[in-house]
Amino acid sequence: MRFIDPHIHMSARTTDDYERMAAAGIVALIEPAFWLGQPRTQVGSYIDYLSSLVGWERFRAAQFGIHHYCTIGLNSKEANNEALAEQVLEVLPRYLVKEGVVAVGEIGYDDQTPVEDKYYRAQLALAKEFDMLVQVHTPHRDKKSGTIRSMQVALEMGVKPEHVVIDHNNEETVQDVLDRGFWAAFTIYPNTKMGNERMVEIARKYGSNRIFIDSSADWGVSDPLAVPKTARLMLDRGIAAKDVEAICYGNALKAFGQSGQMKEEHWLNPAPIDQRMLFEGNSVLRGQAPRVGEAGAVARTDSVVFK
Amino acid sequence: MTPELLLKQWLEARLPVDGRAWLEDAAEKLRNGSDADLYRSVSLVTRKIGKTDLAPTAAELQQAAAAREGWDPSDWSLDQAARIHLLLVSGTDGATFLRRLDQLCNTADVGELVAFYRGLPLYPDQPRYVLRAAEGIRTNMKAVFEAVAHRNPYPAEQLSEPAWNQMVLKALFVGSTLHPVIGLDRRANPALARMLCDYAHERWAAGRPISHELWRCVGPYARGEMLRDLGRVLEKGTDPERTAAALALASSPDPAATGLLSAYPELSVAISENKVSWRTLAGYA
Repeated sequence: MRFIDPHIHMSARTTDDYERMAAAGIVALIEPAFWLGQPRTQVGSYIDYLSSLVGWERFRAAQFGIHHYCTIGLNSKEANNEALAEQVLEVLPRYLVKEGVVAVGEIGYDDQTPVEDKYYRAQLALAKEFDMLVQVHTPHRDKKSGTIRSMQVALEMGVKPEHVVIDHNNEETVQDVLDRGFWAAFTIYPNTKMGNERMVEIARKYGSNRIFIDSSADWGVSDPLAVPKTARLMLDRGIAAKDVEAICYGNALKAFGQSGQMKEEHWLNPAPIDQRMLFEGNSVLRGQAPRVGEAGAVARTDSVVFK
Repeated sequence: MTPELLLKQWLEARLPVDGRAWLEDAAEKLRNGSDADLYRSVSLVTRKIGKTDLAPTAAELQQAAAAREGWDPSDWSLDQAARIHLLLVSGTDGATFLRRLDQLCNTADVGELVAFYRGLPLYPDQPRYVLRAAEGIRTNMKAVFEAVAHRNPYPAEQLSEPAWNQMVLKALFVGSTLHPVIGLDRRANPALARMLCDYAHERWAAGRPISHELWRCVGPYARGEMLRDLGRVLEKGTDPERTAAALALASSPDPAATGLLSAYPELSVAISENKVSWRTLAGYA
């Protein structure tokens, strides 16, 4: 089975992770722009970060045969630094039109302050202006009302629900999200957010329509293999293969594919120029056979011998 | 015809109606456009034009070389052609061009970086872009490095000897190839030959393979210890390595090199009869 991780912060991860992800069958991922743990104080460091999402990180992923897409936006935490936020908002349009940028994201609320609200709305307006999708981060605290508010504001701003992915859902929020016609994403996280046994039960109860999962792996305790591991667990616990495939691959592709920037043909039949430059002529058509051993860098982690 | 017009002509012949209309419109706006107009349209190119191969015909490649000596767009794609076309259309004086190019590179995605570096030989006031080219060589992204180093006449024309030598050594270091480097033989120099031999010793000590292409830049300046290195390759190397060492010796003016080569008659005959050359060896890279 092939997998997509539609929310993972690879710039905080190592090449060991890339190796294991490729070996587990992850063919594509989406890296949302977010905060770095340490707040940025200058627009310059924000610019360099956004450039790395479309530049260095895209190249790094390609070395492992993984197609890297991203979402571009000002996250809710840093929106609270208004002086910075104003400048970041000015540079966003330069990135939104770039190749492989699938949505404005991840944006939304953290503490649900008035300033967060201001920049959430400003970025929804940008999404409208650029005819783009939106990836919404829902707050950790006061989650249910924050999630509902995120959707209400999006609708108020005239963004269509089918163009919005509501992320970090749980048992308490999923019904509201599905009822309103938005996409419902679930982050599978050790300890916080969703455990994957809970996710199996959600799949059993709600099926696979407009539902998908991600790892949101970052610099904290998290697991870049959350998607393939949860797929395994779902299959073991009797969820139908077609539903598992939809939740762990197909629906993320459907949702973010609406951007026109992410297509299955990218990994099934990559552009010759990309094969020459980024993927070095290796066909990345796989899923049948794990990638281990194909590329020079892969299959190093398990060996005690370094050549 | 200028490169700007050639690119336009090639793109017009290949793009569907809507892509062509978009490009024409964008180019028209850029003639007196703002920085922001340029940044926006250059980034929009993949969305509007796509990135299939340019696949220039033999006649078009001739046009390219006639418009700008050494310009080789043989493996360009349509988005790269369109991006460089737009840059050239917006072209003003060299100072403005460089300022905008730096801005573009600072916020570029991988595909854009490759396009901007491939365009180097076409920009106005050529010596201005030496630091930009050096930045491209410093990258850790192989695709970007090769956009400067391969099929690009700019480095051989503009780089200082130390910068050139770093580029050649880095090509080997990152597992890239040398045969697509333009001006490789013309820019060979003793310092580079010495660096390359040191590098070969490092690799031998580590028990790692060495690209046979390394010896091409050693040959013309090979003497003393370097000749012993070449002798070692002739003794112990793989077939392509032995051929490369023989070709290197054949390019050395040192009589000792000729003497060494004469001990391998099958190789020296193949060279004198033009049966092997750096070109035939390129297939092994």
